[in-house]
Amino acid sequence: MTITRRQVFGLTAGTAAFLAFKPEFSFAATDKAEDAIKAFTGGAAPMEGTVALDTPEIAENGNTVPVGVTVDSPMTADSYVASVLILADGNPNPAVATFHFSPMSGEAEAKTRIRLAKTQNVIAVAKMNDGSTYIDRKEVKVTIGGCGG
Amino acid sequence: MASAKPRVKVPKKASQGEVITIKTLISHPMESGQRKDKKTGELIPRKIINKFTCEFDGQTVFTCDLDPAVSANPYLQFSAKVDQSGTFKFTWVDDDGSVYETEKKITVN
Repeated sequence: MTITRRQVFGLTAGTAAFLAFKPEFSFAATDKAEDAIKAFTGGAAPMEGTVALDTPEIAENGNTVPVGVTVDSPMTADSYVASVLILADGNPNPAVATFHFSPMSGEAEAKTRIRLAKTQNVIAVAKMNDGSTYIDRKEVKVTIGGCGG
Repeated sequence: MASAKPRVKVPKKASQGEVITIKTLISHPMESGQRKDKKTGELIPRKIINKFTCEFDGQTVFTCDLDPAVSANPYLQFSAKVDQSGTFKFTWVDDDGSVYETEKKITVN
């Protein structure tokens, strides 16, 4: 495959535009998301691991993006996942949903469908019954946004 | 919208201590409060289901707080551990105060 001069220009311009705008996008909304995480964990910085997000890499339709979350926990009366907060840091309002589990859940996993306004990170923060918190982030590329319209 | 119709899928039978998967869906527009009316240009007021609960014989199994970022016709899948036969009760709470409910029985052997 040969690359024409025209393609080279297009690519370069596209990459430059992407690099120039991307950081700006993620900062403004991420602040809100960070605040929401702090409010949820009570100020503590959540640890990585234990919680796993299941999201598609590319979502064609931002109106219904399947999102699953699984937390590794025995789910007994002594040790279980109390709640899981789902955030989308690029939405006008980052809050998406909060799942509350109980020892009767058997397994700490839940799935739903969410709206994503644009390509962004989906964040899951899990809170255990002992107060420890865990976090996972996944980027989802959105072809058609799911807000406004 | 009184026509919100809940649909729930729970296995009819399970063995004791089994972890079952429950799937729920309710038809609801989940109006986010961000959209504008195309003709008037005014914001369409928010109207979503903001809370979902699942109880088994009066004990809470799973609850969920929903925000406007949940898609229309909210779908929820979660699991529950069953030790004895009983009834699952599902409740959805709308912004306008309406409550939609449905029940499913399960037999454990």
